[in-house]
Amino acid sequence: MTRKQKRFTIIGVGMSFLLSAVLLVMFALSSEITYFHSPTDVIEKAVKPDTRIRLGGLVEHDSIIRGEGTKVSFTITDNEQTVVVNYDGILPDLFREGQGVITEGAFNVMGGPFVADSVLAKHDENYMPKEIADSLKERGVWKDGEPITN
Amino acid sequence: MSTELGHFALILALATAIMQSILPMVGAARSDTRLMNVAPMAAVTCFALVLLSFAALTQAYLTSDFSVLNVFENSHSLKPTLYKFTGVWGNHEGSMLLWILILAFFGALVAVFGNNLPPTLKANVIGVQGWILVAFLLFIIFTSNPFIRISPPPFEGQDLNPILQDIGLAIHPPLLYLGYVGFSISFSFAIAALIEGKIDAAWARWVRPWTLTAWMFLTAGISMGSYWAYYELGWGGWWFWDPVENASFMPWLLGTALLHSALVMEKREALKIWTVLLAIMAFSLSLLGTFLVRSGVLTSVHAFATDPTRGVFILMILCVFIGGALTLFALRASSLRAGGIFAPISREGALVLNNLFLTTATMTVFVGTLYPLFLEVISEEKISVGAPFFNLTFGPLMVPLLLAIPIGPLLSWKRGDLLGAMQRLYVAILGGFAVALIVIYVQTGAPILAAVGIGIGIYLIIGSMAELWMRAGLGRMAFSKSLGRLKGLPRSIYGTAMAHFGVGVTVIGIVAVSAFSSEDIVAMQPKDQIEAGGKTIIFEGIENAQGPNYQVQIGHFTIMEAGREIGKTTSEKRFYPARQMPTTEAGIVTYGASQLYVSLGDPQANGGLVVRIWYKSWVTFIWYGTVFMVLGAIISLSDRRLRVGAPAARKTKATAQQGASA
Repeated sequence: MTRKQKRFTIIGVGMSFLLSAVLLVMFALSSEITYFHSPTDVIEKAVKPDTRIRLGGLVEHDSIIRGEGTKVSFTITDNEQTVVVNYDGILPDLFREGQGVITEGAFNVMGGPFVADSVLAKHDENYMPKEIADSLKERGVWKDGEPITN
Repeated sequence: MSTELGHFALILALATAIMQSILPMVGAARSDTRLMNVAPMAAVTCFALVLLSFAALTQAYLTSDFSVLNVFENSHSLKPTLYKFTGVWGNHEGSMLLWILILAFFGALVAVFGNNLPPTLKANVIGVQGWILVAFLLFIIFTSNPFIRISPPPFEGQDLNPILQDIGLAIHPPLLYLGYVGFSISFSFAIAALIEGKIDAAWARWVRPWTLTAWMFLTAGISMGSYWAYYELGWGGWWFWDPVENASFMPWLLGTALLHSALVMEKREALKIWTVLLAIMAFSLSLLGTFLVRSGVLTSVHAFATDPTRGVFILMILCVFIGGALTLFALRASSLRAGGIFAPISREGALVLNNLFLTTATMTVFVGTLYPLFLEVISEEKISVGAPFFNLTFGPLMVPLLLAIPIGPLLSWKRGDLLGAMQRLYVAILGGFAVALIVIYVQTGAPILAAVGIGIGIYLIIGSMAELWMRAGLGRMAFSKSLGRLKGLPRSIYGTAMAHFGVGVTVIGIVAVSAFSSEDIVAMQPKDQIEAGGKTIIFEGIENAQGPNYQVQIGHFTIMEAGREIGKTTSEKRFYPARQMPTTEAGIVTYGASQLYVSLGDPQANGGLVVRIWYKSWVTFIWYGTVFMVLGAIISLSDRRLRVGAPAARKTKATAQQGASA
């Protein structure tokens, strides 16, 4: 092979490789991401059953019901709408009533309870997960620096 | 008083850094030796001043001086002394000060150990290092000053985030920063070389030890962070594809690519432009990581505070340095002379392949990390990109790369023999296959992918030794003669073998823990028992106790095997009143390479307790592998060729000295 041919081979291989990587990334982005919704979004956008989403908001007061064994249910609110969440597992250390929480899972039936397979709480007591803070601010429920009352 | 001293030292450091960033470079441009000689002096002074400043802050922490806002917000008089000390960098301001301290430290290292560099290159490198220092000193002084006082001083502090009250905080951030910031040296070398318009094999030889040092620390830092998250957060995971983890992983991937491409440049003078670009990008990604973590755009345990002005400031630093560097690169790259040519199948070709895969993998991580931010800005949709995305994109890219690792070192430079290399690897290939079959046979119903993964790990472990085997001529000549040959091999070959060996070990750990672990979440009453990993775990009950700055519930467990007690462990639920914050301390017992991991959950109404019990198969291999990688780097760094500088370097130095004396 001449020098030119060699260079073209290398560039060609590299380019086709990059192209396949880009296609892979695009495919993954279309299928493997989850959208964040607040309870109001869930109702406004009519989230379909079996679509994986992240549902976030505040844990409503007096809504935590411990079931048999590791089952637990609680209500997430954005002070406008509420969604009941069922979860089977250990709640994070910082899970508390009146505090921000993000759950991931899907609805089994439209309008039914949200079945979460993971629950994330914020990492320290004066820090609000950004998604929740934004969605609460949008609805004028909460402003930066304010203590959360609910 | 010492606080003001620290504050003052920081401002003096800024003044020194400004001098460091201008005078040596002017000197280099005008060939003025006196101006160039300012560089080492300024770099060392700057380091001393930042060190003084850091010491002042440390003293405020150790003496619990709550008249300093930063200490008040992040410390507590009852906190154990070790955590008072580590708490210095357990917050935004202090961690930025540590960042700058390490940056100044690396600048001083070049000043002290850079005697074999040509004077103009040394002056320029230290000068560029000075720019970075100026930017970050301005940042800390104007937006994140740790020395601000409050009046009247509060009686008690607000305590450190309990998750951070751990030995991990003493080790993880300093190592990680040594890695992150270490790439600033490669960056400065790249910029200095672009300014001078001269890059050759000697340049690569100077850059490689610095890159290797940074890479070594970054490897150790990431690995340590992973282990810390694993045992401290109580989730039992060792990697979450969290944006902040990705932020440290991207420079690591590019740093790894840089190590390999600098090798090609050093040996064959090829890939010059590419290597310079990698050096720029590796540090740019370190800066990006700093921005992502420190600006508060991400939800993460690492995001201490969200202050928009800080984010904007770091974004400006990011734009100036990355934009400036890439512009300079675009202007100068065409003037760099292309180096040696090589056939696609050759050592160079293999290293190009390595670079292709690593940079593409970096790109997928980059997209996965930043796409949610991007989408939120343009469409206000909030999404999260998690493990499934990375498993689908990053995973497939890694497999061919791993397969190529043992082949590369067996190919010769310029033109290699792929078939020959494969033939030499037959032991590794057969070993990999055999082990994969054994895995399928022993773990009936084991996923095929897992068996393949373990097979690849074994292939890597055996294959990494192939080069040593070949070079020593083991089996082809008398054993004593081979031994003699082994002794004579350069240490960098041992380092390479060791690091590649470590990759194999880590791969096995990752595959095994993903495929063969068991997880149980159960509600347990005292004296209840559960099986995990062939062992019986008995819950003995809960005990209430008081720690230095927390209250704690301790769950006691007894571990039985074949009817015999083989150990005990405890898991704790702590409550830190100062922050009103609970944490979980997992109980971890190691059996061989596997670990039993017990973590307490919530109490039940009927007096029971939810307990999560994992049996993590071979999980420690993940971190042992990184230990081998770090050892490999240390062995390579101890190579005489790197320490003394090769003949070409000496010649350049000699001519330069003649120039200087004349």
